[in-house]
Amino acid sequence: MKTLSALLAGLIFGLGLIVSGMANPAKVQGFLDLAGAWDPSLALVMVGAIGVALLPFRLAQRLKTSWLGEPLQLPGMREITPRLVAGSVLFGIGWGLAGLCPGPALVLLGTLSAPALLFVLAMLAGMALFRLLERQRA
Amino acid sequence: MIAWDDFTPLASLAGGLLIGLAAAWLALANGRIAGISGLLGGLVDRAADWPLRAAFVAGVVLAPLVYRLLVGDLPAVHVAASWPQLALAGLLVGVGTRYASGCTSGHGVCGLARLSPRSLVATLSFMAAGFVTVYVLRHALA
Repeated sequence: MKTLSALLAGLIFGLGLIVSGMANPAKVQGFLDLAGAWDPSLALVMVGAIGVALLPFRLAQRLKTSWLGEPLQLPGMREITPRLVAGSVLFGIGWGLAGLCPGPALVLLGTLSAPALLFVLAMLAGMALFRLLERQRA
Repeated sequence: MIAWDDFTPLASLAGGLLIGLAAAWLALANGRIAGISGLLGGLVDRAADWPLRAAFVAGVVLAPLVYRLLVGDLPAVHVAASWPQLALAGLLVGVGTRYASGCTSGHGVCGLARLSPRSLVATLSFMAAGFVTVYVLRHALA
């Protein structure tokens, strides 16, 4: 049941990415191209997504356990750290370069797109590299 | 200058609503943040709760198939990046999102909906970096 619920959530999330245009790298880069012919559509994706999630998240923060009886794992960190900013900047450079972030990359993977496969493999390698670096630090 | 021909306010708003609903559902029903990079990163790290992570990821990957069954042909998609650009971009996105503990979904949607200051800083940082990167790519280098 818990797994099925997560599958369904992922499916609706992915459908939202397709409908919104986020799954099209050209559209994402059109949004990021402030100095060119700017396509503001993706700002509305954020408005819609954040708007509809505001109250449910407020409710979730008050729950003791989730509706399916699982412990709530909502982030509690409040500190603004250099790694938060540096990591976000690295991510943003990659996002602009390809017009892909993790969710849309997975959607395109589902269309059997070769560029998406390359991007996702490189992204997983990047995540493995992070794990390796973190282990050496510890 | 706004590209009115490319502007899709209704579809983007509707898609955003679906994304927000899915994130709200995962938080309320499963008690989890719908952050793609975090969920994927946990799979790479072989976290104990991998079935939930794999199920959500599978749902996202299956979305195009379900869209085709329910709606019809997928909207056109264009990837302008070259192969070396895609490989470099993927690597940067993988490392960067893990250091930042989140991406567009975890910080940009869930974090902002939770009114998290950390997520606001992360979102402003990756958006600024994205704007600058596309500027360099399309205007400074072109």
